[in-house]
Amino acid sequence: MLAKRIIPCLDVRDGRVVKGTNFEGLRDMADPVELARYYNESGADELVFYDITASAEGRGLFTDILRQVASEIFIPLTVGGGIRTLEDFDRVLKCGADKVSVNSGAIANPSIIAAAAKRYGDQCVVLSMDVKRVEGQFRLFAKGGRVDTGIDAMEWAVRGVGDGAGEIVLNSIDTDGVKNGFDLEMLDALAGRVHVPIIASGGAGSREHFAQLFTHPGVDAGLAASIFHTRQVDIKELKRYLRSQGMEMRI
Amino acid sequence: MIAIVDYGVGNLFSLTSSLRALGLETEVTRQAERLRAAERIILPGVGAFGDARAKLDAAGLVPVLLEEAGRKPLLGICLGMQLLFERSFEYGEHPGLGLIPGEVAFLGEDLKDQALKVPHMGWNSLEVLRDDPLFRHFRSGEYVYYVHSFYARKCGESTLGTSQYGSVAVTGVVRRGNVWGMQFHPEKSGDAGLRLLRAFAEV
Repeated sequence: MLAKRIIPCLDVRDGRVVKGTNFEGLRDMADPVELARYYNESGADELVFYDITASAEGRGLFTDILRQVASEIFIPLTVGGGIRTLEDFDRVLKCGADKVSVNSGAIANPSIIAAAAKRYGDQCVVLSMDVKRVEGQFRLFAKGGRVDTGIDAMEWAVRGVGDGAGEIVLNSIDTDGVKNGFDLEMLDALAGRVHVPIIASGGAGSREHFAQLFTHPGVDAGLAASIFHTRQVDIKELKRYLRSQGMEMRI
Repeated sequence: MIAIVDYGVGNLFSLTSSLRALGLETEVTRQAERLRAAERIILPGVGAFGDARAKLDAAGLVPVLLEEAGRKPLLGICLGMQLLFERSFEYGEHPGLGLIPGEVAFLGEDLKDQALKVPHMGWNSLEVLRDDPLFRHFRSGEYVYYVHSFYARKCGESTLGTSQYGSVAVTGVVRRGNVWGMQFHPEKSGDAGLRLLRAFAEV
C-alpha cells in the first residue's frame, strides 16, 4: 500500500529560506540547496518550494536554486508561489519541478487549472488553499492568507478537482504556526468532498501530531516547515516513530 | 552512451540529471542513427497513451525501436513502459509496440475498494517476484514513486515485480529479452531508484 508522505516546505525569498508564524514576521533560516540536501538524506518523501519573492531578480535567483536542487535531489519536487499563467508552469517545470502548485493565481484566473491539467496532466497540478473559519464557514483566503475572498473553500476545492487539480494542499490559517496540531476538522470536511490526495499543512508541532493526522484515512501527507528546519522534529526519527505506531512509511 | 528518446512527451530534466549523477553518458535524441549508435535506450513518457503513440509514429521512431530492441537493452519508464505492450484501453483502444505481452487498462476498473484514490500516486513498496540483473542493487520491499491511472495487466511471466494497491497487484517491473519496463519513476525514487538505473546501465 501507499506510504504516508512527510513533506518539508521551503519558503524562499531572495534566495534564502524563510518561515513565518501566522504568515507574518518572516525570519531568515537557511540556504535552500543545503537544506534540500539535508532533507533528501533524512528521508523526506517530497519537497515543496514556495517562491515568496516579489522582484524579478528574486525570481531568477529562485529558478537557479530550483535547477540546482533538481539536478542533485531525486525525489518529487513541487513548486508554488506566483504561478499565474501557463508560462509560469513552463518555467518551473523546465527547471526540474514535477508538480506545480497554484493558489492566488487560480483565484484570480480559475481557468488556469483546466488549461494546465490539459497540457501537463492532472498529476502535475496541485491546488493549494489557505483556509480560515469565518462566520461558521470554511472561507478561502488569497494573497498569502491576507484577503478574504468570500468563497466557500470546500466548493472551491470541488470545482478545482473537477477542473483537473490532481492533489490539494490544505493550509489552515487557524492552526498555522500555532503548533497545536493539524486542523483535523477542516481536513475531514475536505476529505468528504474530494477524491484526490490531500496534503495537510499548518499546525504541526510534534511527532504525535503526525500520528494523529494519519489516523484520518483521507489524508495522504503532512507538510511542515519550521519544526523541520529547526530540527525540533527530525524526519528520520519521526518516520520510525510513525512506523512503530503501525503506519506505513518509507524508511 | 545511453540514448533517451525525445519524442515530445514529458519532461526529461530529472531523468537526464539522475543518469548524469550516476556518471553515465547520456544523449537526448530523436534521430534514428543515434539510437542505433547507443549502447542502451530509455523510452520515457508521461501523459496519454494515444497521444504518445501518435507522437512516436510522427517522429518515425517505431521501426528503429523495434529493430534495436532485439540488439541492446531498452528500458521503458512510466508511459514509456506502457507503450511496450500490445494495446492500451486509455480513451479508446490503441496499439502498442508489442514488445512485451500484456495490455494497459484503467486501474480504477480493477480496484475493489472504491475509496482508494486514482491516480495511484506516491511511494509504494516494490516486491520482487523473479530475480533479475536489474535488481542487483535493490532489496525487495524498497519503496518507489508511482504516478499513474492506467496499469499493465495480463503480462504473464514477464512480470518481475509488483506493488500492492488495494486488491490490485500493480505491475511495477517487466522484462522480456532485452526489453525492461518500470511503471514507477526511478528518477524520482530516491536512492533506490538510482540503484535500479545503475543496474540497467550494467545489464
